[in-house]
Amino acid sequence: MAPRKSPSKPASQANVSKDELLAYYKDMLLIRRFEEKAGQLYGMGLIGGFCHLYIGQEAVVVGLEAAAKEGDKRVTSYRDHGHMLACGMDPNGVMAELTGREGGYSKGKGGSMHMFSKEKHFYGGHGIVGAQVPIGAGLAFSDKYKGNDNVTFAYFGDGAANQGQVYETYNMAELWDLPVIFVIENNQYAMGTSVARSTKSPSLWERGAAYGIEGEEVDGMDVLAVKEAGERAVAHCRAGKGPYILEVKTYRYRGHSMSDPAKYRTREEVQKMREERDPIEAVRSILLTGNHATEDDLKAIDKDIKSVVNASAEFAKESPEPALDELWTDIYADEIPQHTA
Amino acid sequence: MATELLMPALSPTMEEGTLAKWLVKEGDTVSSGDIIAEIETDKATMEFEAVDEGIVGKILVAEGTEGVKVNEVIAVLVEEGESADDIAAPAPKEDTPAEADATHDSAPAAAKPAAPVEVVSKASPDFPEGTPMKTQTVREALRDAMAEEMRRDETVFLMGEEVAEYQGAYKISQGMLDEFGSKRVIDTPITEHGFAGIATGAAFGGLKPIVEFMTFNFAMQAIDHLINSAAKTLYMSGGQMGAPMVFRGPNGAAARVGAQHSQDYAAWYAMIPGLKVVMPYSAADYKGLMKTAIRDPNPVIFLENEILYGKSFEVPDLEDFTIPFGKARVWREGTDVTIVSFGIGMTYALEAADKLSEEGISAEVIDLRTLRPIDYDTVLASVMKTNRCVTVEEGWPVGSIGNHISSVIMQRAFDYLDAPVINCAGKDVPMPYAANLEKLALVTTDDVVAACKEVTYR
Repeated sequence: MAPRKSPSKPASQANVSKDELLAYYKDMLLIRRFEEKAGQLYGMGLIGGFCHLYIGQEAVVVGLEAAAKEGDKRVTSYRDHGHMLACGMDPNGVMAELTGREGGYSKGKGGSMHMFSKEKHFYGGHGIVGAQVPIGAGLAFSDKYKGNDNVTFAYFGDGAANQGQVYETYNMAELWDLPVIFVIENNQYAMGTSVARSTKSPSLWERGAAYGIEGEEVDGMDVLAVKEAGERAVAHCRAGKGPYILEVKTYRYRGHSMSDPAKYRTREEVQKMREERDPIEAVRSILLTGNHATEDDLKAIDKDIKSVVNASAEFAKESPEPALDELWTDIYADEIPQHTA
Repeated sequence: MATELLMPALSPTMEEGTLAKWLVKEGDTVSSGDIIAEIETDKATMEFEAVDEGIVGKILVAEGTEGVKVNEVIAVLVEEGESADDIAAPAPKEDTPAEADATHDSAPAAAKPAAPVEVVSKASPDFPEGTPMKTQTVREALRDAMAEEMRRDETVFLMGEEVAEYQGAYKISQGMLDEFGSKRVIDTPITEHGFAGIATGAAFGGLKPIVEFMTFNFAMQAIDHLINSAAKTLYMSGGQMGAPMVFRGPNGAAARVGAQHSQDYAAWYAMIPGLKVVMPYSAADYKGLMKTAIRDPNPVIFLENEILYGKSFEVPDLEDFTIPFGKARVWREGTDVTIVSFGIGMTYALEAADKLSEEGISAEVIDLRTLRPIDYDTVLASVMKTNRCVTVEEGWPVGSIGNHISSVIMQRAFDYLDAPVINCAGKDVPMPYAANLEKLALVTTDDVVAACKEVTYR
């Protein structure tokens, strides 16, 4: 089982329908506008604590969700807003969780990094770097145990890719043929440390070869390329061939969190990426040059998305703070007496 | 010159074993490395190799003999030309000076020979009076509890190091691979962090994992998943999803295994909201509480004890026997002082109560059994009666369960106290290896007796 060579080929546009392109465009744009709004609300003091924005990386989750089917599971790190929107969670519930309100997915008790949706098979939202990787393999374990053909997408960053538990998980996932897709979102910076300053490995996905896991590198700024790679990974897992690694090369435009001055890279580097590789602009250009949509069509879409995002912000401001007795709920799934005297 | 072959110690806690089979007979020549016998401990059947060469002159312990003490002479090797008839039967080992050393060397915390412990009080009955009882070791009770629950619920599975083909490092899962197959009894690589995370994910995915840690010392590598992933997710998800699962394994000191293998984690885990924490003493409690733990919809930390594994107790012979969490058991009723303990600490608590009664001090002994939730009411009612309290645990003294119990008593029964509460705990040192120092580091029956005398001003 030699790992496949990374194709790194540009995605073909031939088999992509207008509807699909429009859907990717809308989904990516929703994430971007939502995150911009979250940034604003943070600046206004409505969102507290840590807030990690996904701007720039939208093609990764949108492309992979296009390869998923009902019942597939996903789990990710603290940079999780995009994943939630992409799997169909309600922007109102996500934004209200960011503001710590009753209407949030976790009733305001989780926050930006800790959101979940059983209904959409979204298992978090994890604040501990790398911890979601074995959890993702465990979700895949549960599907294999139950005998269905669902797969789990376990997303983690280039920083988490150096965590010991990732390799413990690679080993067991391949040993037990777990249907898990390890998605390394390589945005090139683990907080302020570039990949080159944290490892001498030439590529992260190739480390899977040590465990016999197949994988490939993917252009994460190209939603069609991500979707195609996602389909290969999903087919591999559904066929019972065990795990698969996708190293998706992407880029985060904003700082690691809201308080990151981003002195570790130049303004020019960010600007160049935005101008030349922006994933949303790329689809926009295909839509226009392929005559799939007019400028007016796209403007209408922009307007719709803005209103959805504005509504979510309004909801998140209006939703009340959780009732004080929520402090004491959801600690146990059954009633037990309080531990303190 | 004749060489005596002694019954070997084959594990840190072994005190005796069964001489299952001789693979040589009198008159056979053996050389170093030959397997000469099979010896059964409570954990495994081990091969016994010859160290010296010679002729088997006399076999002194017949095969099939049970309860052969470590260091007992089991056979004698003679040299060429020596006759077995020249060998006088060795004097009973008890009389030799070597035995004194052996006793000194043996584990200070090791279990007493396996006489079933009797319940002196019926104050906390977990089953109706007249229930048929059977004698079982803690080890058997644990295995039965897991197997019964696995028969009952397809989503329950066991994973851990050596749980399947090896039949359990401490033989707890013996026979389970045969019954349930490799899908449900799963050997893992030695990667606690990884498999604890995988099991937690499986619990999020709707299964009910039982994770065996070979010891809780190794769970420190995995503790992020126990606490950050398993214990907190229900709260962080606003009640949407949690981790119904059991993390279990031996906890605390075994015997002579040094600082990194001897820690008691009771107080650590008992601190964490979202976890339930169980630390039983008797086999009946191990069984009834393990079945409850597996059915519980929350992550449960189940702290076992290697020394207790081989200890026998009376266990109710019922088809489905469970014990609710948060109910202490009064093992012995008394009027002068309340001794509160749990897990192996109960050994010292009960021994101390016996000794105290000889001196006319009547001790009430309470086994907390679960540390989260804790049955405060039983403790407080007893302290209001005896007006004195001593807590007993093996873990370290700072931030201990005893500290917490003392604080609760101070807040809720201050006016009833006739003396300050004393916490008997392990000493505030990493566990030493040397036998005499280890003995000094652990809590002892004498410590408990002394504390009870102090609070009763005797």
